[in-house]
Amino acid sequence: MASTSAHSLYDPRRHVRVDPERVRDVSSTDFPGYWPDEDHSWNLEKFKERLRVTVTRVSNRSIEFDMVGVDASIANAFRRILIAEVPTVCIENVYVHDNTSVMVDEVFAHRLGMIPLNVDPALMEMRDSTGQATDRNTLVFRVNVTCTRNKSSPKDETDPAVLYHDAEVLSSHLKWEPAGEQEAVFEGKPPAPTNPDIVLMKLRPGQEVDIEMHAVKGVGKDHAKFSPVATASYRILPLIVLNPEKPVPPHLAAKFQKCFSPGVIDVDPQTQEVSVNEGNMRKETMSREVHRHPEFKGCVELKRVRDYFLFNIESEGAYTPERLFPESIKVMREKIANIRKAAQVLSSESQGTGDVEMGG
Amino acid sequence: MAEPIPKIRILKGAAPDLSAATYQIHNESHTIGNALRWMIMKNPKVEFCGYSLPHPSENHIHVRIQMYDNLSSLDALIEALDNLDDLCSTIDDAYTVSLRRDKYEVWDEKS
Repeated sequence: MASTSAHSLYDPRRHVRVDPERVRDVSSTDFPGYWPDEDHSWNLEKFKERLRVTVTRVSNRSIEFDMVGVDASIANAFRRILIAEVPTVCIENVYVHDNTSVMVDEVFAHRLGMIPLNVDPALMEMRDSTGQATDRNTLVFRVNVTCTRNKSSPKDETDPAVLYHDAEVLSSHLKWEPAGEQEAVFEGKPPAPTNPDIVLMKLRPGQEVDIEMHAVKGVGKDHAKFSPVATASYRILPLIVLNPEKPVPPHLAAKFQKCFSPGVIDVDPQTQEVSVNEGNMRKETMSREVHRHPEFKGCVELKRVRDYFLFNIESEGAYTPERLFPESIKVMREKIANIRKAAQVLSSESQGTGDVEMGG
Repeated sequence: MAEPIPKIRILKGAAPDLSAATYQIHNESHTIGNALRWMIMKNPKVEFCGYSLPHPSENHIHVRIQMYDNLSSLDALIEALDNLDDLCSTIDDAYTVSLRRDKYEVWDEKS
């Protein structure tokens, strides 16, 4: 079982050790010069060979996949980009014509900004530095709601929803006003909130709101409302290694099993022999409960596989879950291309003028 | 506003042959900083590479590169950027292939 070839899960170099009181071997060591007589320089072919991306679960709102064979710095870059730099469209400016409700304009405007919209961001442009609104970078929504008394409600009625008309301003009250070419661009999927039932504020008879909203494209690092994900996170694969030198005593097998998450440890019904269920290993919460019992000392090692990432991404609705990760890669490559271009300019400048003499 | 801030600037104190230099990359953060640092460190001709985000209110990172054999750190930087781009496209391909070919659980999530 415990083969130690470089591609095996049991290669100790891939392990982060989870001890009772501390975590060890956190940093990766696959750099040139770290291990004598070993070549760890960048090699695309080797990387392709080791890389494994496997989609494991997809729903209408989220996606789970494994990414094996990359460094944490790469996985973390994608996670950060998903949260902060993949663009979406949100309400940014609110023009209040009339608001006689009890909610202050600013508070209402803030609530409007948070509404997730179903707009595909690829169909819109980012506003440039001039801030000029055009039909390619701005969507206009309107809300015009007046609360009135329901004359036909029963005398002893207490429910405001029956007593009044439009006692609540809902996200479904947002009406999109197409401009220019927008009607053709958004044909078949008119811009609207992803959830029609968000209560934005409550009204009583005689109160009215009449506002215009401008939605623009933006990124999460500017304001969290632009983040396309509810969460984007990864875990590192838990690994439980039993010590063949010191097996778990049969009369303690059930207790040992209960130290781990359900399904992680199998106990043979006949021999009471303990084994790890490799397929369920990812379910382990790494509670370290097993370390609390002195009778299990030395029986087991808790570890994590440093380059085995279990991603979980939940979409907020602007992108389908499957599309989110490729979008983050796209943003990453744009960033790289930008820096590369600037570095190239710097390189040709320093060579051209001779200000900075290049070596090599 | 004053003149536009350059995307990359070489901070003063760099070796004249650029064998050791600190680059200030504007409008970038840990996202690129750590990934780029990792890729530069994968180059055996690099003696040292490190990055920092000097201050949270300043929108730039510093990347320090020192080379062996008086080689140019700028060349190493460009090479690392190319490699990083290859890495991204490889991951993109692997993901697309998995999404198309692999059998995975499809379930319905209530919202």
